[in-house]
Amino acid sequence: MADEELVVIRSDADIVTARQKGRAVAVRLGFTSTDLTLIATAISELARNIVLYAGRGEIRLRIVQNGDKQGVQVDAADSGPGISNIERAMQDGYSTSGSLGLGLPGVRRLMDEMMNQSEVGKGTTVRARKWKR
Amino acid sequence: MEVPILKQGPYLIATVQSALNDTDLLQLRDALVAKVGKFRSRAVIIDVTSLDVMDSFSSRTLRDIAHMIRLRGAETLIVGIQPEVAFSMVQLGLTLEGVATALDLEEGLAFLDRSPAEARREIRSRGR
Repeated sequence: MADEELVVIRSDADIVTARQKGRAVAVRLGFTSTDLTLIATAISELARNIVLYAGRGEIRLRIVQNGDKQGVQVDAADSGPGISNIERAMQDGYSTSGSLGLGLPGVRRLMDEMMNQSEVGKGTTVRARKWKR
Repeated sequence: MEVPILKQGPYLIATVQSALNDTDLLQLRDALVAKVGKFRSRAVIIDVTSLDVMDSFSSRTLRDIAHMIRLRGAETLIVGIQPEVAFSMVQLGLTLEGVATALDLEEGLAFLDRSPAEARREIRSRGR
């Protein structure tokens, strides 16, 4: 298999493609069906943020290793407007678009790890990982 | 992929497929709001059994549909939310507040058939 899957996100149809590819990658690692759904849902939210806030970007899916542990890594990147207050964006109920306020804190709960970087005018990158138990 | 809507007696049944995108969902919303008047339906059942992901947008749109259908004078029942999907919805904080649900299509139909007036009261009381 390819070590990395790249999905270009330009429209809402790409959100579906990204979550299906993510699920396929996680299936290969033998995640439980609950974890597969959590991963696919997290990818759906990250891809949605790209469509909503940046218009276009990409999702990279990778299998990662940490000692004996294997996991899925999702990198969502865009070069949109960025998030001016990332701490606030991580709080529940906060949304800069005013319409969907669940994005980042929700993704953190679905995955095991999450890191994000955002600079106003330079875009946003979010990295999320889930380890196989 | 457009969501097929079937008219069955006084009900409309919409069966959602897994690869549902936002455009399909909004089309479903518009079609249901229109068809509930065209067919003078008393209730709408949205079957999400094959839906593998319920994210913030789909959850919000389903809630919007239920509220719009109620404003049109009919009721909405979401059926077939899978265990994994229920789990991830709770993790994400999506509650589908005020929307009636049933285990599957069979339960949903039985619930509506038992007593339309009772079903209506029960659905409305959940919405409060």
